[in-house]
Amino acid sequence: MTAQLTIEDFSLVFRTRHGTVRALEDVSLSVERGEIVGVVGESGSGKSVLAYAVMGLQDAAARVQGGRILFGGLDMLGAGEQALADVRGRELAMIFQSPRTALNPIRKVGAQIEDILREHANLPSRELRKHAIAALARVRIPDPERRYNAYPFELSGGMCQRVMIAMALACSPFLLIADEPTTGLDVTTQAVIMDLIRDMSRDQRMSTLLITHDLGLAGEYCDRIAVMHAGHMVEIAPVEELLSRPAHPYTRQLLAATPTPRSTVEGLVSIPGQLPDLRRDLPPCRFSARCERHVALCDEAPLPWTSLSATHLVRCRVPL
Amino acid sequence: MAFLWKRLLGTIPSLLGVIVVTFLLSHALPGDPAAYFAGPAANAASIAEVRTKLGLDQPLPVQFLRYVGDLAHGDLGNSLTTGQAVTTDLLQRLPASLELTFYALVFAVALAIPMGVWAATKPDSLVDHLCRASVSVAAAFPTFFVGLLLVYIFYFLLDIAPEPVGRLNEILYTAPPHVTGAYTLDALIAGDFATFRACLAQLVLPAISLGLFALAPIARITRASMLQALGSDFTRTARAGGLPRGKILITYAFRNALLPVSNVLGMVFSFLLGSNVLIEQVYGWQGIGAYAVTAVLASDYAAVQGFVLMMAVLYVLLNLLVDLLGTVIDPRVRFEA
Repeated sequence: MTAQLTIEDFSLVFRTRHGTVRALEDVSLSVERGEIVGVVGESGSGKSVLAYAVMGLQDAAARVQGGRILFGGLDMLGAGEQALADVRGRELAMIFQSPRTALNPIRKVGAQIEDILREHANLPSRELRKHAIAALARVRIPDPERRYNAYPFELSGGMCQRVMIAMALACSPFLLIADEPTTGLDVTTQAVIMDLIRDMSRDQRMSTLLITHDLGLAGEYCDRIAVMHAGHMVEIAPVEELLSRPAHPYTRQLLAATPTPRSTVEGLVSIPGQLPDLRRDLPPCRFSARCERHVALCDEAPLPWTSLSATHLVRCRVPL
Repeated sequence: MAFLWKRLLGTIPSLLGVIVVTFLLSHALPGDPAAYFAGPAANAASIAEVRTKLGLDQPLPVQFLRYVGDLAHGDLGNSLTTGQAVTTDLLQRLPASLELTFYALVFAVALAIPMGVWAATKPDSLVDHLCRASVSVAAAFPTFFVGLLLVYIFYFLLDIAPEPVGRLNEILYTAPPHVTGAYTLDALIAGDFATFRACLAQLVLPAISLGLFALAPIARITRASMLQALGSDFTRTARAGGLPRGKILITYAFRNALLPVSNVLGMVFSFLLGSNVLIEQVYGWQGIGAYAVTAVLASDYAAVQGFVLMMAVLYVLLNLLVDLLGTVIDPRVRFEA
């Protein structure tokens, strides 16, 4: 297998009026062809920042401090805006949470798909409409000819997310980044949308990076999961292994806090403490203040990765 | 279409309100129209006679009903100063003011919208601050001062602008045959390009003096709504889709920013129409502003009433137009109504 996306020792800070926020530090991750990788963590852990950095869409206040992001053969951090725009939408696509606001409210959804096709697909103008309708049909939108003329406000949230997926997949990208794609959708629609994303990635051998706070969701749809905490990647493992034998204390607590069909409200455990302030001086392990297994060794830098197997890595001195 | 009817019906209460207010307003004007109408040589008896003749001795509700009845026939009464029907006077002068205001708005839009867009693409940059400062300065000067300054520089010193003698120098040109009342338009319809150029030349300075005032609100709302649209989720989606910069700026951000801009344009237009007064004085423009000032000074009841009523109706119609424009820009408006 060859890596579609490689992130190496990537660090990024936000320069704000109230200090420098060290949002990502030494993050490494790779996504193979056709693989679905989940990035899981609580709000503020930096998972969306990572997703935007891969797209080259980071906030104006963001500064890359080091590391590399390779997409196919392209160095995403060194590439110019034109090279990035050329790749985005064609080889690299993204879908967002709150699909209603993510679509242009005053443009027909068909026209929005056509905009992408016109830019990247190299089609004659008269073919655009046909291809846009086909893209809508591919995400199983009923009556795509009629929906082509719909405005986002005329569609349900689930339908809007399907339109987003249709847009993202219109040019058959190599990598899809899905940032909390089912947040704000009801549970049945969630499953439908996630099934759709999985089927699409299987059919087209497309890689998928799924950003979510929902470990249960990631467990169901991903091949591998990377757990993030406070801007650090703390554990990476194949799904079954991560769910059955979590090695990082944070992963275990996340699992205990994730509802399953058999869990009761009393059985769910919330994770004590909160994310550290990323503007302050931080210990080598950013989880140490919340960790019950904390030992003196934990405060010694640098914090190494421990390999539990060829595919299971954890960044903890005293893994479970 | 249903939407159009609904909006048209919605204007009726505002029009009724306007009629009541204009009626009462003119009664609050200082001065006694009966005394004015009776002339300087009148005594108490002849003033009372005139009062009865004009119906001014009747109770207010009766006067009001008569006023409404006349309105229904398109009769706004006769002006005491010009001796003509007020309707005739207003219809004669309104095109002059509308034309001037229209060109002032065109000038303001052509300058302020690009400025606002440019500033929004580089917030807090030098360009942004320069835009803000220049439109503020433009708005800070009184219009009549700017008007005089421009005449001094471009007519007196540089001699590149025509003499400020109103809409057309009638010694050199004849006014085009009346079709719309707007000279530039009528000249074009008549195919008389020399007159068209002359009318346009007369318009440049007054339109700029008037339009400078409108730069600030238009540039500001454009900048603000562009910033909002550029920071929105759908702009991010467009960037994630690798759309070209121009497409994102125009089709995605600007079209979405247009709705608040068009609302402000409606307000600015009616505001400019109202503030024509001083500019018309400076440039000898035979518009409604100058007419209204004369009427107020002469306690010319009917003329003032007519003027206020016409402005109010124009304002209502303009708002209607802006609403309709809104439905063209934003499909959601059609469905919410």
